[in-house]
Amino acid sequence: MNFLQTLIKGEQAMFKPDGLTPMQKLTLRFVVIGLVYYAFAVIEGMLMRIYEIRPIPAISTNQFFAIMTAHPLVGIFGSTYSIVFGAFLFLVPFLMKKPLWSIKLANWNFWLVTIGTFTFWFSGFLTHYAPLYTLYWPLPVDFTQFSILGGIFFILGIALVMLGTVFFVINVFATITYTPEGWDKQPSCALLSSALGISGVRNLFSKNKKEHLVSLPVAAIARGTVDVALNSGIIIFTGVLILVYMVFALFGVSLKDTAIDALLYKNWFWWGLDLVADGLVLIFVAGTWYLLATLITGKKLFMENIARTALLVELIVSWTVWSHHLLSDQAQPGFLKVLSGEMVTAFELITQGLAFFITLATLWSARPLKMTNPLKFLLGGLLGFALAVPAGIMQADIGLNRILHNTQWVIGPHVHVAVLVGLAMTLYAAIYILFPILTNGAQLYSQKLANFHFWGQLIGGIGMGAFMGMAGLHGMLRRSLYVNGEFNTYMILAGLCGALLLFAFLAFFFNIVMSVGINGVIGIFMPSKLKTKELVPAQE
Amino acid sequence: MVDSTVVLNGQTLAYTCYCLAILLVMAWFGYKITRPGKDNKIANALFYSFTGMLVVLGVSLHIVTFNTIPWAPMDLNRADIKADKVFNITIEKHKFTLPEQTLNISCNEKVLFSVLSHDLTYGFGLFRQDNSMVFQMQVVPGHPNDILWQFDRPGIYTIRSTEYSGPTGWNIVLKDAVIVTCNTTANN
Repeated sequence: MNFLQTLIKGEQAMFKPDGLTPMQKLTLRFVVIGLVYYAFAVIEGMLMRIYEIRPIPAISTNQFFAIMTAHPLVGIFGSTYSIVFGAFLFLVPFLMKKPLWSIKLANWNFWLVTIGTFTFWFSGFLTHYAPLYTLYWPLPVDFTQFSILGGIFFILGIALVMLGTVFFVINVFATITYTPEGWDKQPSCALLSSALGISGVRNLFSKNKKEHLVSLPVAAIARGTVDVALNSGIIIFTGVLILVYMVFALFGVSLKDTAIDALLYKNWFWWGLDLVADGLVLIFVAGTWYLLATLITGKKLFMENIARTALLVELIVSWTVWSHHLLSDQAQPGFLKVLSGEMVTAFELITQGLAFFITLATLWSARPLKMTNPLKFLLGGLLGFALAVPAGIMQADIGLNRILHNTQWVIGPHVHVAVLVGLAMTLYAAIYILFPILTNGAQLYSQKLANFHFWGQLIGGIGMGAFMGMAGLHGMLRRSLYVNGEFNTYMILAGLCGALLLFAFLAFFFNIVMSVGINGVIGIFMPSKLKTKELVPAQE
Repeated sequence: MVDSTVVLNGQTLAYTCYCLAILLVMAWFGYKITRPGKDNKIANALFYSFTGMLVVLGVSLHIVTFNTIPWAPMDLNRADIKADKVFNITIEKHKFTLPEQTLNISCNEKVLFSVLSHDLTYGFGLFRQDNSMVFQMQVVPGHPNDILWQFDRPGIYTIRSTEYSGPTGWNIVLKDAVIVTCNTTANN
C-alpha cells in the first residue's frame, strides 16, 4: 500500500470500523476526543512557553491568562477524564466479565464532557475569563476584570463536564453491583463492599477471611471513583455559588458584601480540588500500573493484599491532605498545617512508593521481558511519579514551602513531571495495550514513530520540568510574567523541551491516524452496525 | 540565621542527586528485565525494608527541616514572639500601600510584616536584587496575614505580590522597598 492508501484505509487496511461493537466505538471515541483535547492543551502550553520568553504581540495579557485558565482544565477534564472514562467504562465490564450497566448513560457521559470542555474553552477564548483553576475568592466574581456573560458560559461548561462525570460515577458503581439479564442474582452489597475495601478491612480483624469478589484493578477504579464523585460535588457546589453571584450581577444586583469567608472557601475548594491531584489520579494510576504489570507479565501481582490496603489508605489520605496547599496562608491553623499539610501528606510518599515497588517487583518476577510499547511507557510512567512525588513532598514542608510556594518549582518538577511523564506515559501504556483489543487487531503503522514518541515524551517532559524547577529555585513565580527576560535562559530551555513534547505528540497522533486510516477515524464516530451489549465481537 | 539561599542550594543538591540516582536505577532496571536472570523472586524482607525507608524519609524530612530551617519554628510560634518592629501594609485594587516609602530594618531585628487585603486574594513576597526569593506568604481578604522575619545581613529587597489576582494584577511590584542595614560593630 502506498502512503495515500495507508492514510485513507490504515496500515494494511486491517482496521475495519464496521466490525466494532458499540462499546469498542464508545471507548475509541473517548480516546480520540481525549487526544484532540490533549492537542489543545499542548498547543496552549507551547504558546505560554513562548510568551514566558517574549510576549507574543498578537496575544494580549488578558488572553494569556485566559489560556492559563483553560490549559489545565482542558488537560484534566477534556483530555485525561475522556481517556480515563473511556478506558474504565470498557475495563470495568471487561474485568468483571459482564456488560456495561448502561451504554446510553456512557454516551451522555461522552457528549457532556466533550461539549462541556469546548464550552468553557470557547468562552475563555472569546471573553478572556481568567480566574485560573484555583478560583480564589472573590476573583471569579470580580466583574471589574471579567465579563459576567463570559463567566456564566465558562461555569456552565464546567457544570456540563461535572454532570457527565456524575454519569460516569453512576455507571461504574452500577456495573460493579448490578445483575445482568439472565444471570443469577449478584450479591450487590458484597461486591460494593469488596470494591471499596470494606470487606478487606473486615478480613484484617476476622478469623473467617473472605475472598475478594472484585479484582484489584476494579477495586482501584471504584476507590478512585469515590474521589471523582466527591470532587464533582465540590465543583458543582462552588460553580452554583459563583453562578448565583453572576446571575444577580447580570440583573444589576451586586452580592459583593455578602459573607463568603475567603479562607473557608479556599479550604473547601482545595479539599475538593485536591481529590483530583492527590486522590483519584494516584489511585487510578496505581490501579493502572497493577493491571498493566499483570497483563504484561501474565503473573500474579506481588504483595497483592498490601497493594489493596495501600489503595484504601490512599483514598483516606486523599481526604485529609488538602492543607498542604495552604501552608503559606498565615491564618490557617497551625495544627492543620502540620497534621494535614505535612504529616498526612507524607503518606503519599509511602502509598505511591509501595505501588512503585510492587509494580517493579511484579515485572522483575517475569524477566526476561520483551521491551514492548506498553512496557516502556509503563516504565516511563513509573519514573515520572518517582521524580514528581518526592518533589511534592518537599514543597509540602512548612520551612521549604515558604520559599517554594507559587514558584515554577511547584508547577515544573512536581505538576508537569507528574502529568506529562507520570500520568500521560501511564495512559499511553494503557492505550498501546488496549489498541489491538479495541480495534480487533489493527496494526501499528510505525514502531520508529512509537520510539520517537517515547523518547520525546520522556526527555521533553523531564527536561521541561527540570528547567522550570531551576527557574523556580531562583525565584521565578508561576502565574506571573517576566517581560524583561529575567529568567530567559531557563525559559528558552524549557521551551525547547516543550517543543520536543509537541513533536512527540504529533508523531503519536500521526502514527495512530496512519494505523486506523482517515476512514477508520470517521468510522469510529458512525453508529455501530452490531447490535450487541458484548464488549468485543463474538468469535466466529 | 541561615539564609534562604543556603536552604535552596541544599535542596537543589539533594534533589539533583536523587534524580540522577532514580534515573540510573530505572535505566538499569529497564535493561535487566529484558535479560534472563537467576533469581526472579523479590524477597519480602526487601519490600518491608523499602516500606520502612519510605516511612523514615517521609517523617524525618519535616523533623530535619523544623530543626534546621530557622524560620519554620519561628513561623509556627510567632504569636508568642515579640517583634522588634511591625509594618502594617495594606493592599487594594492591585496596589500595595506601605507605612513609609521604604521600610528600613536593622540587622537581627525581628520584624513583623502584617498585610491586609481589602478586596482580592494576593501574595506578599520579598525578593533580592537577583530576583531570588527571601520569603512569601498568601494575603487572604478578611483575615490577618502576618509573617515574622529576622534579617542577618544587609540588603535591598523588592516587594512583589506572589499570587495571581486577575490579569490586572500580574505586575504588582514595589522595587527596592525594603532596606536592611547592619551596624558592623554591633554584629561583630
